[in-house]
Amino acid sequence: MIWTNAVIQGLLLGGLYAIFACGLSLMFGVMRLVNLAHGDLGVLAAYFSIILVEHLGGNPLWTFAAVIPVAAILGYFLQRFLLDHALNGGELSPILVTFGLSIIIENLLQQTFGANDQSLNIGALSYQSWKLASDIYVGRLNVIIFFIAVLVIVGLQLFLSKTAAGRALRATADNRRAAALSGIDPKRTRALATAIALATVAVGGLFLAMRTSFAPTSGSADLLFAFEAVIIGGLGNLWGTLVGGLVLGIAQTVGSQINPADGILIGDLVFLAVLAFRPQGLIASRNVAIR
Amino acid sequence: MALLHLDGVTAYYGHLQALHELSLQVDAGEILAVIGANGAGKSTMLSLISGELRPREGRVYLNDVDITRIAPHQRVRRGIALVPEGRHLFGTLTVEDNLLCGTASKRPGTWNLDAVYELFPLVKARRKHRAAVLSGGEQQAVAIGRALMSNPSLLLLDEVSLGLAPVVIKDLYEALRRIAAEGTTLLLVEQNITEALRVANYAICLLEGRVVLEGEPASLSQPAISDAYFGNKATSGSGAKPKGAS
Repeated sequence: MIWTNAVIQGLLLGGLYAIFACGLSLMFGVMRLVNLAHGDLGVLAAYFSIILVEHLGGNPLWTFAAVIPVAAILGYFLQRFLLDHALNGGELSPILVTFGLSIIIENLLQQTFGANDQSLNIGALSYQSWKLASDIYVGRLNVIIFFIAVLVIVGLQLFLSKTAAGRALRATADNRRAAALSGIDPKRTRALATAIALATVAVGGLFLAMRTSFAPTSGSADLLFAFEAVIIGGLGNLWGTLVGGLVLGIAQTVGSQINPADGILIGDLVFLAVLAFRPQGLIASRNVAIR
Repeated sequence: MALLHLDGVTAYYGHLQALHELSLQVDAGEILAVIGANGAGKSTMLSLISGELRPREGRVYLNDVDITRIAPHQRVRRGIALVPEGRHLFGTLTVEDNLLCGTASKRPGTWNLDAVYELFPLVKARRKHRAAVLSGGEQQAVAIGRALMSNPSLLLLDEVSLGLAPVVIKDLYEALRRIAAEGTTLLLVEQNITEALRVANYAICLLEGRVVLEGEPASLSQPAISDAYFGNKATSGSGAKPKGAS
């Protein structure tokens, strides 16, 4: 029973990783840009929520409504005024620029909020649970996070497959030159991808902050998990990213069950095993949306 | 008034000068064939028109409006569509999605999904398939269809017949005739001289970035074309009256 429990808890944790990772996957797919500041932007969103609650009060849950649009707008301008220029500077410059951005965010947060751990207090929801079986309990928050993760990814997938803007994103991901020659505005499309990526990572950041404590430097670890989820699932494939997040979550909790200190290590080993034996990811890219 | 006017454009391919003060005009409703050997500057010329490359010198006009500094996707909005060499379809997208991508410019006109499917019935049968699994001829038809979906006033075609079977080429050229009949101006860049000259009503031969021969196809003799193509004499001694840059 403890193993069933570990798998279920891992599944729920994996949902959070999937939310964190889908934006990374989207940005890489559309513009071959690896955003090393992705995790930090999620943490930044969590601090923004803290400020809002401090000044306006209430349960942090309401801040989603404010943080998501702000993150999307920030993403739009980040792409237009920084990342677009970085993309013009060769292969290395986006990596250097986003790495620099990561350092700047971490240090600004440290300067402003100090290095202490913080968390978003959402009251009873953080410890209430549902009983699934005699000795399996699932945290209500974790279940909510899981279902929202699935919802976000299904929604994103529907957006990509059913709308003209989504088609433009897929076309740009597939062949940038042909997309521009078909009349698709490359700058607008890239800005849209980054806006979506930041909106989703903001959701991830807030959930993470509600689930556990976080600090200005938490972003790097979050980025690592997001990376692992993306690679395990298959690069540039949203369903794959969901599966990758779930697999990583399960690996970590089952690993912790074997030895409490080894959870993250087991997750890393699963990631390395996928890289070694199935580098294209668990979900082969036959019906990819973005690649 | 010319639909398109290249006015003394000079362009480089790396360090190599690909076009030397090239001037040409395309009139509305015409089918212009640009022929020439590999490296003559044909594709470079198309890049200048599609906006992927900017000339070092000279200007590009569409309907007398200077578009030299306008980006490719904005040129599509103004009515220039390119069917690139090698087709460049979105292989992971379905055929229908490929076609719909051509509507991003939102130009009004007679071309839509139904019209393209009517022109290429085989494409319609394959509309739910991913573009990557199509045959070469089908892919070329989709590429042309995608360009048509933007309702271009000027359709640029780069080596449409490349790598295709003669019977497929014949069908594609038949479709091009119908496209022209609908009122779209065509600029064909071809190494397949026979087909290009058969459909065109004006032809230009490029050699090392210069126009060395031009005229109506019927007025160009086989030896003159051959000389111009391979650069044996590099003169426009065809006897045809050059259209020039008026």
